[in-house]
Amino acid sequence: MDILLAIAIMALGAVVLGAALGFASIKFKVEGDPLVEKIEAILPQTQCGQCGYPGCKPYAEAIAKGECDINLCPPGGMEGVQRLADLLGREVKPLEAEEKPKQVAIIDENTCIGCTLCIQACPVDAIVGAAKQMHTIIAQQCTGCELCLPPCPVECIRMEVIPETLDNWKWKFPVIEIKAAPAQAAAEIV
Amino acid sequence: MSHYIFLLVGAVLVNNVVLVKILGLCPFMGVSKKLETAYGMGAATTFVLTLATGSSYIIDHFLLIPFGLEYLRTLSFIVTIAAIVQLTEMVIAKTSPTLQQTLGIYLPLITTNCAVLGVPLINIAYGYDFVESLLFGAGSAIGFSGVLILFAGIRERIEGADVPQHFRGSAIAMITAGLMALAFMGFAGLDKYQ
Amino acid sequence: MLMNLFKFKGGVKPPTNKTQSTGRPIAAAPLPSHLAVPLHQSIGGTPRPVVAVGDKVLKGQLIGEADGWISAAVHAPTSGTVVAVGPGKQPHPSGLDADCVFIEPDGRDEWIARQPFDLVNATPDAVRHYLQQSGVVGLGGAVFPTHGKLTPAKTVPMQELVINGAECEPFITCDDLLMRERAIDIVRGIGVFRDLLQPQKVLIGIEDNKPEAAAAMRAAVEACGEDFVVVQVPTLYPAGGAKQLIRVLTGKEVPAAKRSTDLGVQCFNVATAYTAWRAIAHGEPVVSRIVTLTGNVRQPGNYEVLIGTPMDELLQLAQPNPDTDGIVMGGPMMGFLVPEPAVPVIKATNCLIAHSERLFPPKAPEMPCIRCGACAQACPHELQPFELYWHARAKDFGKTQQYHIFDCIECGCCSFVCPSRIPLVQYFRFAKSEIWAREKEKKAADEAKTRFEFKQFREEREKAEKAEKLAKAAAAQAAKKAAEAAAAAAAGDAPAVAVAEKPADLTVDPAEAAKKAAIAAAMARAKAQREAAQPKNTDALTPEQARDMAEIEARRVQAGIADAPAEAAAAPTATKTEE
Repeated sequence: MDILLAIAIMALGAVVLGAALGFASIKFKVEGDPLVEKIEAILPQTQCGQCGYPGCKPYAEAIAKGECDINLCPPGGMEGVQRLADLLGREVKPLEAEEKPKQVAIIDENTCIGCTLCIQACPVDAIVGAAKQMHTIIAQQCTGCELCLPPCPVECIRMEVIPETLDNWKWKFPVIEIKAAPAQAAAEIV
Repeated sequence: MSHYIFLLVGAVLVNNVVLVKILGLCPFMGVSKKLETAYGMGAATTFVLTLATGSSYIIDHFLLIPFGLEYLRTLSFIVTIAAIVQLTEMVIAKTSPTLQQTLGIYLPLITTNCAVLGVPLINIAYGYDFVESLLFGAGSAIGFSGVLILFAGIRERIEGADVPQHFRGSAIAMITAGLMALAFMGFAGLDKYQ
Repeated sequence: MLMNLFKFKGGVKPPTNKTQSTGRPIAAAPLPSHLAVPLHQSIGGTPRPVVAVGDKVLKGQLIGEADGWISAAVHAPTSGTVVAVGPGKQPHPSGLDADCVFIEPDGRDEWIARQPFDLVNATPDAVRHYLQQSGVVGLGGAVFPTHGKLTPAKTVPMQELVINGAECEPFITCDDLLMRERAIDIVRGIGVFRDLLQPQKVLIGIEDNKPEAAAAMRAAVEACGEDFVVVQVPTLYPAGGAKQLIRVLTGKEVPAAKRSTDLGVQCFNVATAYTAWRAIAHGEPVVSRIVTLTGNVRQPGNYEVLIGTPMDELLQLAQPNPDTDGIVMGGPMMGFLVPEPAVPVIKATNCLIAHSERLFPPKAPEMPCIRCGACAQACPHELQPFELYWHARAKDFGKTQQYHIFDCIECGCCSFVCPSRIPLVQYFRFAKSEIWAREKEKKAADEAKTRFEFKQFREEREKAEKAEKLAKAAAAQAAKKAAEAAAAAAAGDAPAVAVAEKPADLTVDPAEAAKKAAIAAAMARAKAQREAAQPKNTDALTPEQARDMAEIEARRVQAGIADAPAEAAAAPTATKTEE
C-alpha cells in the first residue's frame, strides 16, 4: 500500500513539474541563439568554406549545436581555436589544417578572359569586372579565401602573401637573449 | 536575531560549502577560468540555491513527511531542482535577454551542482525551520559565489605567471584551491566568539 | 616673473649629458654625397611623389604632394637630379623599406624662387594650407602635421597656447641651441600660431637647466613686443611630454581618450614655430632641421642638416670614436638603434647618439617582476606598469586595455627605474601593436560579413526575379500555345496540357547551350593567348618556312611517325598541364 502511495506521489510530482515546464516552454519561447552570434564574432568572416560549411555563420551554428569541432577554421588560426575554447569551455585542439599566412588573390590581367566565373565565386564581392572585360581584385576587401581559384578556366588567379610594411608592422614580443656569462666574471663568482 | 546572523556568517565563511564542506567542486574548478564567467555562475547559483532550499523545505514538510516518505527525499529533491533550473532558465531567457547572456550556459550546469542538492539535505539533517533553511541556503550560495570569484581572480593572474610546464592548467589550480581551503580553515576560529 | 607651477606625478632624473653638445654654435652640415628623402615623414597619409627619375630639382621644390588633410608635403632638400624613386631603408625600428626619393646633389644648392607668404591679407584657411604645402610638421618627435593642430575647437574657447621648449630627454640640445641662436624667428612663429588660435595667453615652457635659452627667449619676446610668458619648469624627465608640460604650466590634466584642445590648450614645439616662420617669412619649406650629434664622439655639437642626409655620413662630422657600434636616433630614453647606419635623417630626427658599449653598457638579463611598485611611482601618467606588464606578457590584451595601456606615452621611466631591468616599454609597444592589428582584423571581418550577407541577399533577389520572369514567359507561351491548341481543338485533336508544360524547358536549354559555347570559345581564345604569350621558335616564320614545315608534317603523318593532326594539336596542351 505504502509503495503505491509513494509511486502515486512521485507520479503526481512528475506530472505537476512536467506540466509546469511544458507550459513554460510554450509561454517563454525565444527565437534565435545568442551563442551563435558570439561564436560568429570570433570567426574571421573569410567565408572560405574550409571548415566544410558554406560560410562562417553555418559553421558557428554547427559549433553551437555541438555538431562539429572547434578546430576546423584555418584562417582563424590557433588563436581563434583558443578563443572559441574559452567561450565554450571546450578543450583546445590543434588545427585540422595548416595555418597559412594572410594572403590576397591577384588576377593576371593579361590572361584573364573575362568569364565572370570568379566574380560569381567570390563570397565578398571583392572582384570587379564584367563579361568579356578584364577582372581585377579589390585587395583591401579580399579575404584570401581562395574560392576564386578553382572556377577560373585559365588559371590566371594566384595567391600572394601580404608583405610586411610599415603600416602593418608589429612590435615583436620582447625576447631576452640568454648569453653565456664572460669567463672572467664567472670565475669571480666562483 | 543574532542567531540568524551567526547562521548566515557561519554558512558563508566557517562552513563554506566549497572549501570546508567540499561540495560543488565541479563548477568551482570548471567555471573559474575567467572572472566574468565566475560572476555569472555565482549569481546563477545564488538564485537557484536559495530557491531550491525553500522549495525543498516545502516539499519535505508538506508532502514527504506527512506521508512518511522521507526515503524519497534525494530523488524528489533532484527532480525539483532540475525543474527549478529549467524553469528559471526559460523565464530568464524570455524576460531578460541580458541576464540570459551573462548566465546563459551556466544555468543548466547548476543542475549537476552537488552543492544545490547538498544544502537542502543538510538543512533537513540539522532540523532547520523554513527561515533558517532559506538563510542557510542563501549563506551557502554567497559563500560559494565568493570563493568562486576569488578563485577565478587568482587563476586569471596565474595565467600570466611562470608556472612550471607540468603544473600548468588544472594542476596549479588544484594546488591553489588547496591553499585557499587551508586559508579558510582560519575562519573556524570565528566559532569561539559565538 | 613668478608664476604658480603645478606638478605631475612620477618622472625620473636621468643624467642629462647635455653640456657636451652645447659648447659650440649650430653649424651647417656640408652637402652630403647623396640624399634619400622618405615620402612618409609625418603622421597621416603618405605623400604622392610628383617627380620622376632624371628630373632636375631645385632646393625647396615639391617632390611629394600631401595626400589628404592629415598629411604634409615633402620637398627637395637641395638642388640636383632625381636618381631613383622607390623603396629605401627607413630610420624605423622595423628596418623595413618605404618609398623614398633619391637625389644626387649638383653642389650648387640652388633655391627655388622663394616668396614670402602674405600673412596680412591671408585667411586662416590659406595660412593652414600654406603650412601644409610647406611641409611644416611637429618637430618634437611626433611629426603630426602642424596645420591640423591650428584649427581652434568650436565648442571650447582656446585658453592657453603652450610652447614646448622643455627638451627633457638627456643628450638632446637641438631645441636649446635653436632658442639661444634663433629666438626671434621662434617668437614670430609663435605669433602666427597665436593669431590662428586666438588663445588668452601664450606660455613658453623651458626646463630650468637651460638658462641661456630662457634668457634669449625672454629677450626676443620683449624685442618683438609680445606678451608671451617664458616659464622655467623644473628639470624632470618627461617634463617635455605634451601632457606633462600642459599639466605643469596650466594645472590641467588631459584625460584619457581626450585631446588637449578639448580643455582649451594646444601645444607646439619651438622648432615647429621656427620652421613655420621660415616658411612664411622666407618662403622656405622644411628641408632641413637642427640635429644634435653626441654620444661616443670627440666633437659633439649641433648641426643644421638637410632632410635625407645619410646618418653615417653626418655622424662623421662629430668624429665618432672607433668603438662606435651603432647610431641611436632620439634620446637614450625613447630613441632606438637605427637598423643600419646609412638610413636618412628625417623630420623627426632630433638627435643622433653614437652608441658604444662603454657609453651604454648592455643591460643585465631581465629578472622576474617582484611587484615593488617602483614603476608605478615613476610613471608620469599614473599608470600601473607592473600590472600592464603582467597582462601584456600573458598576452591578455583585454586586461591591458582595462589598465589603460593606450595612455602610456612610452617615455621609458618605468624601464629606467625597474630594479629587475625588465624592458617594460617593449612589452607595452608589443601589446599596443597587437591590439591595433586585432582591431584592424576585426573591422575587416565585419566588413567581409556585411558584404557576404549582401551578396547572399542579392543572389536570392536575383533568383526570385529570374524565376518570376521565367514564370511570366512560360505563362505567355502557355497562353499562346493554349490559343493555338484551342484553334487546333476546333479541328478536334492536340492535348493542350502537354504542350503547355514543354516551353518552360525549351526556353532554358538554348540559353544554357549558348552560354556553354561562349565559355568554350573563350577558353580556346585564352589558350591561344597564353600560347601566343609563350615564345616559340615557330613564331614569325616566313611563308616559305611555313610551307616547308607543313610539307614535313604531311610527310611525317604519312610515314606514321607523328599522330594525326588533331592529336598533334592536343599534345602541347597536355605538356602544359604537366608543367
